[in-house]
Amino acid sequence: MEDISTLWYFGLTPSTFALTYFTALVVASCVAAFYNHRQPFMMIFSLTLVSIIVGIIGGVHALWVIALIAFIIAMAAMVSYAFREFLILIASTELAKELRTAPLTAAFGMFVIFVYAIAGIFAPWIAPHGEAEVITSAFAPADANMLLGADQLGRDMFSRLIYGTRNSVGLALTATLLAFFMGAFAGLLAATKGGWLDNLLARFADVIMSIPSLIFALLMLSIFGPSMPVIIIAVSIIYAPRVFRLTRAVAGNVVVMDYIEAAKLRGEGTGYLIRREILPNSTAPLIAEFGLEFCFVFLLVAGLSFLGLGIQPPTADWGSMVRENATLISFGEITPLIPAAAIALLTVGVNFVVDWMLHRSSGLKE
Amino acid sequence: MGDILGLVAKRLGMGLMILLIISVIIFFMVELLPGDIAEAVLGQGATEENVRVLREQMGLNDPALFRYFEWLKGAVMLDFGRSIVTQEAVMSVIGERFRNTLFLATYAAVIAVPFAIILGVIVALLRNSVFDRVANVLTLTSISSPEFFLGYILILFFSVKWGMFPAIASLNDSMSFWELLNRTFLPALTLVLVVTAHMMRMTRAAIINLLASPYIEMAKLKGTPPWKVIVRHALPNAWAPIINVVALNLAYLITGVVLVEVVFVYPGIGQALVDAVSKRDFPVVQACCLIFAATFILLNLAADVGAILTNPRLRHPK
Amino acid sequence: MNDKKKKDVLLKIRNLKIQGYTDETWIDIIKGVDLTLHRGEVMGLIGESGAGKSTIGAAAMGYARDGTRISEDSSIEFDGMELMTATESERRGLRGKRIAYVAQSAAASFNPAHKIIDQHTEAPLQYRLKKRMEAQEDAVDLYNRLRLPNPEEIGFRYPHQVSGGQLQRAMTAMAMSCRPDLIIFDEPTTALDVTTQIEVLAAIRDIVDQFDTAALYITHDLAVVAQMADTIKVLLKGEEVEQATTKEMLANPKEEYTKSLWAVRSFKSPQRTREGRECLISVKNVDASYASGPKILDDVSFDIYEGMTVAVVGESGSGKSTAARVITGLLPPQKGEVLFKGDPFPVDYRNRNKEQLRQCQMIYQSADTALNPKVRISEIIGRPAKFYSGLTGAALKRRVDELLDLIELEPSKYYNRYPAELSGGQKQRIGIARALAAEPSFIVCDEVTSALDQLVAEGILRLLDRLQDELNLAYMFITHDLATVRSIADEVVVMQHGKVVEQGPKDEMFRPPHHPYTDLLLSSVPEMDADWLTTLLEERGLENLGEAASKKIDPGDKKVMPSDA
Repeated sequence: MEDISTLWYFGLTPSTFALTYFTALVVASCVAAFYNHRQPFMMIFSLTLVSIIVGIIGGVHALWVIALIAFIIAMAAMVSYAFREFLILIASTELAKELRTAPLTAAFGMFVIFVYAIAGIFAPWIAPHGEAEVITSAFAPADANMLLGADQLGRDMFSRLIYGTRNSVGLALTATLLAFFMGAFAGLLAATKGGWLDNLLARFADVIMSIPSLIFALLMLSIFGPSMPVIIIAVSIIYAPRVFRLTRAVAGNVVVMDYIEAAKLRGEGTGYLIRREILPNSTAPLIAEFGLEFCFVFLLVAGLSFLGLGIQPPTADWGSMVRENATLISFGEITPLIPAAAIALLTVGVNFVVDWMLHRSSGLKE
Repeated sequence: MGDILGLVAKRLGMGLMILLIISVIIFFMVELLPGDIAEAVLGQGATEENVRVLREQMGLNDPALFRYFEWLKGAVMLDFGRSIVTQEAVMSVIGERFRNTLFLATYAAVIAVPFAIILGVIVALLRNSVFDRVANVLTLTSISSPEFFLGYILILFFSVKWGMFPAIASLNDSMSFWELLNRTFLPALTLVLVVTAHMMRMTRAAIINLLASPYIEMAKLKGTPPWKVIVRHALPNAWAPIINVVALNLAYLITGVVLVEVVFVYPGIGQALVDAVSKRDFPVVQACCLIFAATFILLNLAADVGAILTNPRLRHPK
Repeated sequence: MNDKKKKDVLLKIRNLKIQGYTDETWIDIIKGVDLTLHRGEVMGLIGESGAGKSTIGAAAMGYARDGTRISEDSSIEFDGMELMTATESERRGLRGKRIAYVAQSAAASFNPAHKIIDQHTEAPLQYRLKKRMEAQEDAVDLYNRLRLPNPEEIGFRYPHQVSGGQLQRAMTAMAMSCRPDLIIFDEPTTALDVTTQIEVLAAIRDIVDQFDTAALYITHDLAVVAQMADTIKVLLKGEEVEQATTKEMLANPKEEYTKSLWAVRSFKSPQRTREGRECLISVKNVDASYASGPKILDDVSFDIYEGMTVAVVGESGSGKSTAARVITGLLPPQKGEVLFKGDPFPVDYRNRNKEQLRQCQMIYQSADTALNPKVRISEIIGRPAKFYSGLTGAALKRRVDELLDLIELEPSKYYNRYPAELSGGQKQRIGIARALAAEPSFIVCDEVTSALDQLVAEGILRLLDRLQDELNLAYMFITHDLATVRSIADEVVVMQHGKVVEQGPKDEMFRPPHHPYTDLLLSSVPEMDADWLTTLLEERGLENLGEAASKKIDPGDKKVMPSDA
């Protein structure tokens, strides 16, 4: 019942809490109704109704959980809203116009990416302790010095989490970039040249893609051993065919355009065709694909680390942090879930942004 | 009908071809090892003598091509040689586990497939509604979460906090079927969550794509009631994309199962693979990889054949 | 049928406003259109692309397509029933039963999973008007009336087993299945070839007449609508321009815009002759096919002289575009050769040198796909000048300005724009400038006017003609539109099934004797005369028109006088 104890922490008794909560909801829905905002009103009022039912069934405890969830969602929504307005203000007019169409989920995604970037870049300044520094006993609980407690060797969880941004995201980003350059280059070449080269590359991609990605990664890691360069190369080999396929499809749509034919008939070389004619017309879907691909790579790398075949200790890495602290779960501790949540949050964020971009580019086609 | 049989045969032949190429990749990749398997397995502290004995034992002195054909011949008859670590026959290590994995995957698929397709169709019909948007956010979140995150959350709540289901999915032969289902409920649920999300999104996309066809508009303009538009006009054309979606997602299931088995300490082939990889037990790794790849290819094949068989244009040639 | 007496009002639309959703906002597509249709009356809705005619057609059924909505202050009254306030199920009860719809593409609008007749009987069975067997018998009867081949059997085929023209008639039969009061025809012949179109037009007119059905006939083709409609309503950008009876509208259009539509075909370039000119391009006995597919070109030969326009005419699949691809070197022929001023051209464009590539330029049908949307006008036009002539800096800028002047676009205004900021006609002009920048002697014009509205197309033709005289250019003009041929060609090549069936100077081509195919092609093109179709059917009989006639023709046939046919 530690949730209730946090209730006392805020200085509220259960009955005052329930009273304040419902009063706030009812006032908010009345305000929304009065100013004729239909959607917010519907949302707030249905939350009120749900809260009443849940409150009757589950008591003040369940009410507290619902209130907490609603509060978190509302906070996330407000942060995203503010962040979008901030971006619109600092962006150029063209970009600002695009940004205005972004739904709150996409803004939330951008905010998450922004926070992770900051954490990754400034890790040594943000983290209070060193990455591999043992400062206390194993699994020491959280205190003022250690926000999230200690891990199985007595290292500061929070610091390792911050450093993990650098390592986990950095590794995934490098692998994605490599996969992307290989795949996109081959895809553009295949689409432009066509003929036997196109056929050969496509068959090759088919074969690689018919081995499940995680299985293929495990095979390569078992042979070459789990080290940073091996992981990067293995993962990029696995994902390059997927990028290749998409690039080939996207560029394939551009290559059939008459302006490409005009350029070919003019006698332009393959380099000029790719650089000036095809690439500028393929960037939007390729950027979205990059985000999508990053998510896949990130999840795969996290999976490998979780299996103990990723970045090797003592380097901090989210996947292995989950694995190292997994035993805590059976004591009802949420510590091992935090790095896992960090992985999920970034992937969700990127996916939200990609979803918006895909929606934009498909919407424009019609 | 001749056309269809031809197409199916061609597709089957191609699948077999790819499987063969993959067996080549799986086998010869191990040959890429710096040194050879024997040195790699025994490590740097090994004496010349030990390495020689192991080489002898594994038949490494024969040419690679010969060993490949021996291996392939064995593989066809489900004999993958002996484990380097335990010296047991590979099949006796993974045979039982493969059954368990199939059980888990089937369990998850039986729940996830109908659930996801029905939800996907509903979401497609209600597109751009609040329900659709909420579903979009939820499925995206589920897709974005690593399997082990979902697995541990389920353990935390269902097992540790509420004590409804066991966290460790240990099995034994004396269990009744219901007990088995209960024991493996949490790993199956984890898989269901991930696969349902993927499958729902793809079903939604496929159905929306279909509903944009001119013949659907024509049906509406003929005064056909909405349910009949779906049942009579959309569904007969939806089989191919839906079969595709199902096959693709059963493939996700294969990858997901490895992580889930580790989280729940489930005695399946995925865990055997992970163990073998960390112990560098190559015969087991190769066997597992081949089994996973073969399943994957088989699923894709089934999808393609299904799509060919349900295509009205191919079923009724000119 | 033109003198049909006006009966009760069937459809009354008042102040129709429809909005479309683009770029996150609702934009008006239809801005307050009124329409009154009487029982048994056929009204033609005519306008250029984007005039919103198709949207009005759907709205007449109380139906708003995805991404559009009908304004609430509009009124659509069908036979006394207000569709705007009716419930969805009331509106649905009209569709198929009392108002039917015939779509543009029959191939896409029939469900591939069901037999044609099962789709035909769906509405009558749904409304319990007939038993299944009765409905099927009725379908066969309708197929008979629409003169479909094998009416007993054709309905039991699947849509993909039937040709486009027949499917379009089957769809008209389907629309008739409940004997509706009103049928909406949404560009029913646009996707068809001219020789097929004529059959479908005759069949539609016949059946509408037989059952005295009212119809809204939506099209962009004036000559077609003149055959079909009692009254014509002209639309422009979502607003009505004018409405009158067909005869009145043809004889005496009131508004400037309507007059301009009628006047379009007036441009005619003077005919040039080969005398004193050098032969520039010579196609000799060319056979060609794609990959290992069937032969697309079969022993094709023709010459193009400098400074002259050769129009290559034929229906889709006749091989006219393929002939152009052989000349430009995109498709090396299997047999035969292409000569340039008497010397053989390398068959593959990759083996041609810069000078050879420069000589032969192309202008494309769709300006949207012909110009790279991510590149400024200055570079689109400047690149060939730089590439071939090595111009840079101020000289290049001067050349681009000069070219913009040549195509009658203000250089200072357009120099830095992107293609998306231009109209369709302007884009096509940029395409011409890009071809000119190479300073060629020969330009392939591939259906350059067919994607444009008629007025704009006329401007392009005039420009091309002027440039031809100024720069002594030779054109190969690929088109399916005989009106365009009449206005710009000096010589004509007629193609059918990959063979040249007839060629010669234009004035000879439009005068008998004709090759039977040329004759069929010429006679199938609708004319701006309300009685054209009636007269033609009387003169020739249906069996000598359309698909059936086209199949009978052998490319080796001799020329005939029309009286022999």
